[in-house]
Amino acid sequence: MENNLITLKSSPKILSSYSVAGNKEHNGPLGNYYDEWCADDKFGKSSWEKAESEMQRRALRGALKKASLSDCDLDLILAGDLLNQCVSSTYGLADYNVPYLGLYGACSTCAESIALGACLFDGGIISKCGAITSSHYCSSERQFRYPLEYGGQRAPTAQWTTTGSGAFIIGEKGNVNIEQVMFGRIIDKGISDINNMGAAMAPAVIDTLVRYFDQSGTKPCDFDLIVTGDLGFEGSEIIKDLLLGEGIDVRKNHVDCGLMVFNRETQDVHAGGSGCGCSAIAMASTIIPNLSSGYLKDILFLGTGALMSPMTLFQGETIPAVAHLIRLTHSEE
Amino acid sequence: MKNKEYVEYVSARSKKSPILMNAVRAFLIGGAICSLGQAIFEFYSVFNSDIKETQSLVSLTLIAIAIILTGIGIFDNIARVAGAGTLVPITGFANAVASSAVDTKSEGFVMGVGAKIFSISGPVILFGTFSGVIYGVIYYICSLIWG
Amino acid sequence: MLDIIINCLIAFLVGGAFCVIAQVLIDKTKLTPARILVFYVCLGVFLTAIGAYSPLVDIAGCGATVPLTGFGYAIANGVKTAIDEQGPLGILTGGLTGTAGGITAALCLGLVVSLIFKSKPKR
Repeated sequence: MENNLITLKSSPKILSSYSVAGNKEHNGPLGNYYDEWCADDKFGKSSWEKAESEMQRRALRGALKKASLSDCDLDLILAGDLLNQCVSSTYGLADYNVPYLGLYGACSTCAESIALGACLFDGGIISKCGAITSSHYCSSERQFRYPLEYGGQRAPTAQWTTTGSGAFIIGEKGNVNIEQVMFGRIIDKGISDINNMGAAMAPAVIDTLVRYFDQSGTKPCDFDLIVTGDLGFEGSEIIKDLLLGEGIDVRKNHVDCGLMVFNRETQDVHAGGSGCGCSAIAMASTIIPNLSSGYLKDILFLGTGALMSPMTLFQGETIPAVAHLIRLTHSEE
Repeated sequence: MKNKEYVEYVSARSKKSPILMNAVRAFLIGGAICSLGQAIFEFYSVFNSDIKETQSLVSLTLIAIAIILTGIGIFDNIARVAGAGTLVPITGFANAVASSAVDTKSEGFVMGVGAKIFSISGPVILFGTFSGVIYGVIYYICSLIWG
Repeated sequence: MLDIIINCLIAFLVGGAFCVIAQVLIDKTKLTPARILVFYVCLGVFLTAIGAYSPLVDIAGCGATVPLTGFGYAIANGVKTAIDEQGPLGILTGGLTGTAGGITAALCLGLVVSLIFKSKPKR
């Protein structure tokens, strides 16, 4: 049996996390936990793309400040977003004088960047790095769907791209320990409906989770929470149902960032939130602080990403997906 | 689980659009737009007796209303409820043009607004014109034969 | 006065019916809204060509001219008129002539609106 579970022996930590969110997110269930938010989603900028970059800039600045560091303390920045060529990250982080790697894992980028940073730390290659991701409803809508003012109807399984950015600083001190990492495989189960991304990503989560439980010898009940990125309502129901068929019961402790960030009943987001900002702000504002305080002891976080582009969809391709897993534990220093 | 099985599993369980509700809304709002058009028609008819001309003026009026509603950011909220009710009347065409224009302003007026203004409405103009040409060819040949 | 109300009512029913058919097609089939619009315009040209649409316009007025099938009706009518007046050149000039007002108004107003307004954040 192949073994692709990575156990990090030098126990890298998350020093600090910082979240920047949009207005709709601020009005959502986690509204009071965000470090920063903006009433008009523009963040004082003239275009949506610039606004998204500004969120990343602010998120990293905030996370550095929380950890009492400056940018020259960082060895590396790992960042990503949903826009073509990862421009939000590039323009947003250009002012920081730090070596930079742009990542693309669609909505899984938050988990991907933290996992990669932790692995580089564990290899002794870096001693501190920043992991930043963002998404903006308005810039994504423009790139992936229709103009903002276009009048269209959404399917009940469609998800709402989260406006937000989360930054995490990875280093050797702190109360949040990155214990294990498992990178996902590309899984494509033939879903081609862009309005049902949860269903496209669910098989990737199942694949990673089954491998993880198998190789780590753990069970779902060993964890306080199993946090998925942005499966939304549809994807969450699918993984609960199908994992049960595999003899894995995650019904008690599964939560999804897409369902945490918005209130589906009142906010007209249909199946929930999505985008790499979704898991980033939910993790940065809520999950990481609770791990740090010790309220949560041991969790699994799976970043989920749908790896298509508008062009492949027009060409009739199905939607491949990936899910990266990180095990985070509380550590008393 | 095979891909085919999974796709079937997903489509069997996923929540469907509320067809009846959507149809009722589309009917009411789409009907309302058309009867608003008719009311404007009756009003214009007081000043102009040419039916075709007046009908064109009605379309122009509805286009103007839809574009202004798009500009001030209200149209998409109506359309979210109305669905095909705002899409099918000429208002949907006008919204497609105006929303593309407003949205691409940040890329400049030539490669932004100028190039992208047709991004959604273009297919309608292209295939409408093309089917008109096909009809024209057939009509012309027929008129040659039967004079 | 009564005939005006009746005209509006007929426009309501016929126009609403066009919308319902499109809505059901969107919800029931894989047809995207953009394809529906293209289909409707071509359908309008076809129905006008076989002589079915003009009677509908006579009955329903704006109930038939306001939906996008009416756009197809304007194209087909424009082609027919142009061929009658100018001969074969009308095949090429008629369609856009018939719809010139609508297209030009939408494009120019669209440009003006883009000068004035910006897209807004969505709630």
